[in-house]
Amino acid sequence: MTQGTQLTINALLVFLLLAAQSHAGPTADSALKKGFIQCGVNTGLAGFAQPDSKGEWRGIDVDLCRAVAAALFGDAKKNRYTPLTAQQRFTALQSGEVDVLSRNTTWTFARDAGLGLNFVGVNFYDGQGFMVTKKRNVKSAKQLDGAAICVQPGTTTELNLADYFRSNNMKFKPVVIEKLEEVLNAYFTGRCDVYTTDVSGLIAARASRAANSSDHVILPEVISKEPFGPVVRHGDDHWFDIVRWSLFAMIEAEELGITAKNVDQQAQSANPVVQRFLGTKGDFGKMLNLDNRWAFNIVKQVGNYGESFERHLTPLGLDRGINKLWNKGGLMYAPPLR
Amino acid sequence: MARQLDTRQRAVFYQILLLVVVGLAGWYFIANAVDNLLARRIASGFGFLRREAGFEIGESTLLSFSAADSYLKALAVGLLNTFRAALLAVMFSTVIGIGVGLARLSSNLLLAKIASAYVELLRNIPLVVQLFFWYAVITESFPAPDQALSPLPGFFLSNRGLALPSIATWLPLQIDYPVLGGFNFSGGVVLSPEFSALLLGLSLYTAAFIGEIVRAGILAVDRGQYEAAQSQGLSQAQLMRLIILPQALRLVVPPVTSQYLNCAKNSSLAVAIGYPDLVSIANTTINQTGQAIEGIAIIMAVYLTISLAISEAMNSYNQRIALRGART
Repeated sequence: MTQGTQLTINALLVFLLLAAQSHAGPTADSALKKGFIQCGVNTGLAGFAQPDSKGEWRGIDVDLCRAVAAALFGDAKKNRYTPLTAQQRFTALQSGEVDVLSRNTTWTFARDAGLGLNFVGVNFYDGQGFMVTKKRNVKSAKQLDGAAICVQPGTTTELNLADYFRSNNMKFKPVVIEKLEEVLNAYFTGRCDVYTTDVSGLIAARASRAANSSDHVILPEVISKEPFGPVVRHGDDHWFDIVRWSLFAMIEAEELGITAKNVDQQAQSANPVVQRFLGTKGDFGKMLNLDNRWAFNIVKQVGNYGESFERHLTPLGLDRGINKLWNKGGLMYAPPLR
Repeated sequence: MARQLDTRQRAVFYQILLLVVVGLAGWYFIANAVDNLLARRIASGFGFLRREAGFEIGESTLLSFSAADSYLKALAVGLLNTFRAALLAVMFSTVIGIGVGLARLSSNLLLAKIASAYVELLRNIPLVVQLFFWYAVITESFPAPDQALSPLPGFFLSNRGLALPSIATWLPLQIDYPVLGGFNFSGGVVLSPEFSALLLGLSLYTAAFIGEIVRAGILAVDRGQYEAAQSQGLSQAQLMRLIILPQALRLVVPPVTSQYLNCAKNSSLAVAIGYPDLVSIANTTINQTGQAIEGIAIIMAVYLTISLAISEAMNSYNQRIALRGART
């Protein structure tokens, strides 16, 4: 070949290689440029996203954002959190104010199809319930005819509540207050008889706000399915994959028995499944434009799904229930990492 | 003559140019928004108004609403609730405002000082903080419905609001008394704590401003009127009622119109304390349907209409009662 042809071929190869590298999506690119991920979280829901006494955000939704940062940057701390109410959350994501919404948001058809958003998976399976004071002597949700019920606007809770009462031919008076703090005040000062939200929210509210936990009863009826999951915008498949696989990595780590404490040891393991997962063999990270140790970083800095659950939700009295792994009787299932 | 024509032609030319520029800018923004909505597959258009709302509304004026009704009906309920709060707040604040204005000018030192303190306090604290305060007072100082206070038979005061007997039919006269059953009172009419807190907060806040305007109006009446009235032997009360107030109140109509507009717009703070006014219901609608632009456009159009209607009404009233030749 002449020198000219050789040069052209080299140039083309370099160009192709560069083109292959820079096929990351716009959200990941802008996050890398900014140096952090803007994560939309709840304003303050115990167990999911709540600032602690030092002002650090803690919760399983926060852990998911930290996992994405660990995968993208190798540092779980590269996150900024935007507290969002139920009414602001979708507009904030749609407009680009946050990169990912990890805010105990129920995955529904209308939200997935009609808002220009995509749910990446489920990080917590829940259902809607009711909480009343014990002195009311109410044993079932069917006895709540005529009650004043506290609920937050713009939630599936509001809609399910109306449906349940309609289908059971009962009436109720909604007390609709936007801010979580205010709606809890209204219930605990007696402005309304019943508080309704997801059962995890009821347990969290009772644990953090009730003067005496045994004075409040959570009724046995669970009137809906509420699968919570992180949400991203339509049109950025690369970002969608990163967030989805960060969630799956945490679940897969628990299934493989890898914890934050033993991950360093496990990196020496001869088990090919573990080797692929932790990046000691294979090039899986490159497929997402991430470091090969993306899953290792997630487990080391954030922990696996079980550890995250035990750290934040178990102290509130929530039990794994259907959030156990699929092979232990629950619904948490991650596709294989190969 | 030729120069005048040139100036006019130039003026017209610039007007047309401005119109074209504004029109192009408007078209660009709208086209941009539509493009973005389509690209992100966010639903758009006003078709959602016919869909079933799916949520209940805590209180509604005149209309009865259930979750099976449309979003359009939900917004109509919100609008009527806004009217109820704004109209009553405007009426109460006018009456209280005139009282406060007069009190501040009173020769009784204690009364004057109390009125000054009232005005200074209420004008300087943000309205939303005042609304939270009244809401907390109402919900926390009254007992639960089963221990409700009953100042008069058929009237019950509890942290669920004031339950009053209402008239079920006029002929024969049948009164619907509120009765405690199960969780709450049923029957009669209930003034919820949200509505009461909103009405109280809004009226007292706007009254502070109207009080100052009325005081300015009274002080603007010519000194000569006082002297002439006193020389006629009129008492203080007659002086105020027959001479000063009729003149003063004519003067204050324009600034009080702005306060009425503020009051109508401030009623949208109801969303912070849970009263289902138009903004609160439109917010819920926006969140359930994801159509933020249409929802906000509806809110803006409604408030613009309300404000223009109030200003139009007050301005024509002002035209009719303005004193000819007075320094208005």
